[in-house]
Amino acid sequence: MPDIILVVVEQREGKLNRVSWETLTAGQALAAETGWTLEAAVLGSRTGTLAKEVAAKKVAKVYVIESPKLEPYTPDAFVAALKQFISSKQPKLVLMPHTYQVRDFVPKLATAMDRTAISDCIGYKKEGDKLLLTRQMFQGKLAADVSFACDPPWFVTFQNGAFRGDKVEAESSAAPVEAVDVEIPENIIRNKPHEVFKEAKQAVDLTQAEIIVAVGRGIKEQKNIEIAKQLAEALGGEIAASRPICDSGWLPMDRQIGSSGQTVAPKLYLALGISGAIQHIVGMKGARTIIAVNKDSEAPIFEIADYAVVGNLFDIVPPLIEEVKKVKGAS
Amino acid sequence: MCGRFPTPVVVLYTSLSTLTRQDARSLLLKILVCMKQVPQKDAPLKLNETGAWIREDVSYEVNEPDAYALEEALRQKEKHSGEVVVITAGPAHAQQVLREALAKGADRAIHLEDASFVRLDAINTARAFAAAIKGEKFDLIFTGLQSDDYGYAQTGVVLAELLGWPHATIIMQIEKSDSGIRVKRELEAGYFQFVEMPLPALLTIQSGINKLRYATLIGIKQAKNKPLRKVTFPELQSAIGSNMQKIERLYVPQKTKNTEFLEGPPGEVAKKLAEKLRNEVRVL
Ligand SMILES: Cc1cc2nc3c(=O)[nH]c(=O)nc-3n(C[C@H](O)[C@H](O)[C@H](O)COP(=O)(O)OP(=O)(O)OC[C@H]3O[C@@H](n4cnc5c(N)ncnc54)[C@H](O)[C@@H]3O)c2cc1C
Ligand SMILES: Nc1ncnc2c1ncn2[C@@H]1O[C@H](COP(=O)(O)O)[C@@H](O)[C@H]1O
Repeated sequence: MPDIILVVVEQREGKLNRVSWETLTAGQALAAETGWTLEAAVLGSRTGTLAKEVAAKKVAKVYVIESPKLEPYTPDAFVAALKQFISSKQPKLVLMPHTYQVRDFVPKLATAMDRTAISDCIGYKKEGDKLLLTRQMFQGKLAADVSFACDPPWFVTFQNGAFRGDKVEAESSAAPVEAVDVEIPENIIRNKPHEVFKEAKQAVDLTQAEIIVAVGRGIKEQKNIEIAKQLAEALGGEIAASRPICDSGWLPMDRQIGSSGQTVAPKLYLALGISGAIQHIVGMKGARTIIAVNKDSEAPIFEIADYAVVGNLFDIVPPLIEEVKKVKGAS
Repeated sequence: MCGRFPTPVVVLYTSLSTLTRQDARSLLLKILVCMKQVPQKDAPLKLNETGAWIREDVSYEVNEPDAYALEEALRQKEKHSGEVVVITAGPAHAQQVLREALAKGADRAIHLEDASFVRLDAINTARAFAAAIKGEKFDLIFTGLQSDDYGYAQTGVVLAELLGWPHATIIMQIEKSDSGIRVKRELEAGYFQFVEMPLPALLTIQSGINKLRYATLIGIKQAKNKPLRKVTFPELQSAIGSNMQKIERLYVPQKTKNTEFLEGPPGEVAKKLAEKLRNEVRVL
């Protein structure tokens, strides 16, 4: 029997999240390269037609692990269910998207099985028999190729955006869907989660802004935000920020861009003193043009910038405001 | 020490009357905070000869969410009284993190002192912590939600599993309740969720949960007399296994985008930028 790659997809109310499709794409690519068999598992209490949807893709089989105890999500129930299933299936590789939910239970699952998870990977390499997973380290300044030094099952989580979800291959004939029974004793679930909610309505909707000037910790002090505001004003755009700026209360939370803030895709995103951590980048990489000003020539933000200025933002921004005003005044 | 707790922690999983449990728990909170020293955010990093790690002659600082975890522990102690203990695993210079924590108000510190501790994977770091705190009865353990160097986002959750404790991740608020704690988890895209859980529990703390305090002069003075226990690598070696994942090589990531670097004195760069904004980006 060939080895199995198992992709555990993440769903909410019968709908897959986008990064689960990305992980399926990764699974398909890995299966093609290794000759291993790709299978998928759907987990929840009412997964609806989801298994069918996944079965229409190029996978050998789809398992449905359904239990009322999996809703709402708790790490105890998820680990109990997946540990039983994975122990009986013994896949070589278990792939999941690196979502907030997965990072909540995967380390527990791997530990419970005396294994390890290589987390938040952005790609993989096959070197001979060796499978290397690529992940960012030092906040994206460096990348590492990491290998497993233990027996399978090997757990891997993939970062949001690492693969193309729209590239997942379909198959004309649907893969078989199999229901799996798992036992989750009631008394093992210790956490009692309440409803998911959103904080008070956002006052500004940055998704509509065409031009965004965003500041990061490079702005140093609250009072310096003024010059970024002046630049935003001169350009006719909105001011936004990285998380630490909002955490410090220098700008309101609804101006935060990134995985825990807003996701924007303006015509122009001007990043001032932002390092370009992945959690920030996922919120703005869809911008049509990205300009970054950073004094560190190796800042990861430059990897996605169209125009880059290596320098002190306090030297660049004041003359830039003047230049913008000049050009605008002339036209 | 344990005399302050009429109910030993292990009993919590049995069906002991909630009343006894409450009495014991509402009095004091004993909190452990895991704090890591990481290279400073702006520090230029260079690879060492092995090509699998960085050169260690950089400046260091405390891992950001860990600073928030400490602050939260201090605030909880101020509310409920009890004890705040800080722990780090790293070489001699990592002691700085503990010294700062003691100056801010932590009661005592544990230093797993050896450069080898830094090269452990998440499970072995957690094993080392679990072994080092054996015999202590904490109600809560806080870690940061992830480290700036490895970025595993795992050590806390793994430690909870090793201890057999419940956990919750990416925490933005903590309140003590009658039966345990009520925490606010951050979820993706601006969503949140409250979760109730029993004690003892492990929480991974998100940056921004509170406002950090500064150490005071008196605090810095007092810190000198606070207990700092050192634990060596050999003492814990039997608890640690070999790493289950291995960094084969470390490198500067390849650029995928065609980035145009604008150079020159600031005034000139500003001119070039304005020109791009008008002619290429077409927003002026
Ligand atoms: C679960 C999770 C969710 C997160 N969600 C978000 C999110 O939604 N949004 C978000 O932004 N972050 C988020 N983060 C945090 C993220 O990981 C980074 O810590 C954060 O984005 C860093 O912000 P920064 O770039 O402003 O600061 P830093 O990383 O400190 O970067 C500051 C930059 O400024 C540069 N600089 C300094 N001085 C100057 C100067 N004078 N001129 C020019 N450049 C200068 C430095 O070279 C450096 O690159 C999240 C993290 C986690 C773990
Ligand atoms: N060597 C260490 N010393 C102290 N705390 C650590 C260490 N390694 C990990 N931690 C804690 O575990 C958290 C998560 O780290 P990581 O799993 O590496 O992302 C950190 O924020 C710290 O609180």
